[in-house]
Amino acid sequence: MSSATQTSAGHGEWLIKGATLAGGGPADIRVSDGVIAEVGPRLDAPGASVVDAAGLIALPGLVDLHTHLREPGREDAETVETGTRAAALGGYTAVHAMANTEPVADTAGVVEQVWRLGEQAGYVDVRPVGAVTVGLHGKQLAELGAMADSAARVRVFSDDGFCVADPLLMRRALEYVKAFDGVIAQHAQEPRLTEGAQLNEGEVASRLGLAGWPAAAEEAIIARDCLLAAHVDAALHVCHVSTAGSVDILRWAKSKGWRVTAEVTPHHLLLTDDLAEQYDPVFKVNPPLRTRADVEALRQALADGTIDCVATDHAPHPVEAKETEWAAAANGMTGLETALRVVHRAMVQTGLLDWAGVALRMSVRPAAIGRVPGHGQPLVAGAPGNITLYDPAGETPVDPAGHASKSRNSPFAGMPLPGAVIATFLRGTPTVLDGKVTR
Amino acid sequence: MNRHLISAGDLSRDDAVLILDTAAELARVEGRPIRKLPTLRGLTVVNLFYEDSTRTRTSFEAAAKRLSADVINFSAKGSSVAKGESLKDTALTLEAMGTDAVVIRHPASGAPRRLTGWVSGRVINAGDGTHEHPTQALLDAFTMRQRLIGNGPGGGAGGPGGDPRGQGLDGIRVTIVGDVLHSRVARSNVLLLSTLGAQVTVVAPPTLMPLAVETWPCRSSYDLDGELRKSDVVMMLRVQQERMTAAYFPSVREYRRRYGLDASRMALLPEHAIVMHPGPMNRGVEIAAEVADSSRSTIVAQVANGVTVRMAVLYLMLGGATEGAA
Repeated sequence: MSSATQTSAGHGEWLIKGATLAGGGPADIRVSDGVIAEVGPRLDAPGASVVDAAGLIALPGLVDLHTHLREPGREDAETVETGTRAAALGGYTAVHAMANTEPVADTAGVVEQVWRLGEQAGYVDVRPVGAVTVGLHGKQLAELGAMADSAARVRVFSDDGFCVADPLLMRRALEYVKAFDGVIAQHAQEPRLTEGAQLNEGEVASRLGLAGWPAAAEEAIIARDCLLAAHVDAALHVCHVSTAGSVDILRWAKSKGWRVTAEVTPHHLLLTDDLAEQYDPVFKVNPPLRTRADVEALRQALADGTIDCVATDHAPHPVEAKETEWAAAANGMTGLETALRVVHRAMVQTGLLDWAGVALRMSVRPAAIGRVPGHGQPLVAGAPGNITLYDPAGETPVDPAGHASKSRNSPFAGMPLPGAVIATFLRGTPTVLDGKVTR
Repeated sequence: MNRHLISAGDLSRDDAVLILDTAAELARVEGRPIRKLPTLRGLTVVNLFYEDSTRTRTSFEAAAKRLSADVINFSAKGSSVAKGESLKDTALTLEAMGTDAVVIRHPASGAPRRLTGWVSGRVINAGDGTHEHPTQALLDAFTMRQRLIGNGPGGGAGGPGGDPRGQGLDGIRVTIVGDVLHSRVARSNVLLLSTLGAQVTVVAPPTLMPLAVETWPCRSSYDLDGELRKSDVVMMLRVQQERMTAAYFPSVREYRRRYGLDASRMALLPEHAIVMHPGPMNRGVEIAAEVADSSRSTIVAQVANGVTVRMAVLYLMLGGATEGAA
């Protein structure tokens, strides 16, 4: 693995040498004053700090549409500082922080707090997600407009963790955010079909004696929401799609030209429900891991655009929430620091995507869906200096003990994965160099 | 044999037959004036019961004591467990006190499996959630063998008679009826009985049949009357009346009418066939009182066999530990 070393001390002036631009050939990238000043072969940059990027892939800074930073309220699991540090190490320059904090991010006050904490930490741009309903209770709309107008400029709204199950409320929410170009991101889970559910309803769950989470409970909500979004001509985003049937419904909805987008997590692109065999709750997640056939359908869908992007659903939990019997354990897996490597394994090594395709799905499209200014832009002169350098060579086992996240609940622990993030630049300043944070 | 007994699927045919044969041997201890063997003297067996179950717990307790082990009962009430101590901390406490075997019953599927990661002793699953109850399946298999193949009490007219040692349950047709979806007894029995060569059929209303039952090593049917005519064993499972509120069936009356074993259904059985129930029974729901009390019923024998079968399991899993001791 080649390392990117800094030589000489420039301020705000950087020269990334010999990187392979995703979708293009090798080139130098000159960064000046927060923006990409020049891209081309063998550039001159006197006084600039040099990053030797030979053998590295240059991607636009990754954008995560779905992360749980846990602050305020669950700082035992993660804080905005530790979570965004983890994000930067994963190659991210912007993350959307989900609203299921304590207190819930259902007011301008809380979203502004989260946004400011992100600014202070300075690792990535934090885009707070606003709750759709007050307290995530699914009964009454939260003040979506106030959150949109706040300093946090919220555009993505989600009750993630919970489904907006009431069809009338979902309709109203979809309509209401049209006024400020917002989008509702649905956690698709019909609550009545999944009461007490523990694992994908199928052969493994029936053998293990774990209550089943039927695929139809996700698919039914997605179908309903696509129809509602079409009826009121609104934008719908579907969180963490996990079943082959959901893919079919999304394909149908998109074929109608409806404004539906969707994301898939890295873990749903790689892992299956048979991992629950030993009842280790590190594999317990909502929506649950499913079958091989679902994994194949999700990969195909991400490749052909039916699923627009990858989103981590990074869900840190303290040890005591995961070191229990399965039924008592919390749902969720960490993912920011392993996402790009998992996508490399599941999509690039299988020939389903090239690096240009990865850039589209992990940066360009998430930024577009989240309406995030300044991110997800191609690496050309004039664009903001949000750049990720990734070394695709080699393979090392994942070691959660070395993660920057406060939590260790990674399902990839011990699994050999390819590649490594070497450097991340946020608006022209490195947050990560040589695989380590700069501050 | 495996280090732990978590699932009936952990047992090979040879393992299972060895347990049944050992149980038959140990049953002779019952006839002696002093019903005790010194095999597990000095070893500690802990009954870690997170669910109320006097029947199973005393069965394990009797089994361990007849082998001279020291028995400690940890019940979820009246211990630090009731104050919300985690399973892991309870395990570490037992470990610190020196435990050779933990017999655990827990409402969460998989808890015994998790326990194996925290204790150095053997773990025996006495029933975990809706997952498995392997010693129940073993005592059920023992009872079937005794009644249908051997020359057991009550007279088994179905088999050739004589000593069933070394034999499994080849060709025996077993029908298990009831809430299969939520039954750990059903899961363990399906696995163990098919390992022993029996032909197993599960019968339930569609709502109480696992969707993936076609992947199980058994047949399935919604038609109880049709299956009774060709069964050597019918095993009735207790159905919880709370299932009615979750729309699994419309009423207790309808459940009893369609899936209850009453006297007229019992008359459909072949002459030699036996009726089993793991207990506790809902008399008048899944099984009529006159059926439970009939000569075909092995329900009382199952309880007695439970002690000897559990003695066999403890003997085979722990007996080697004291072998060679002075």
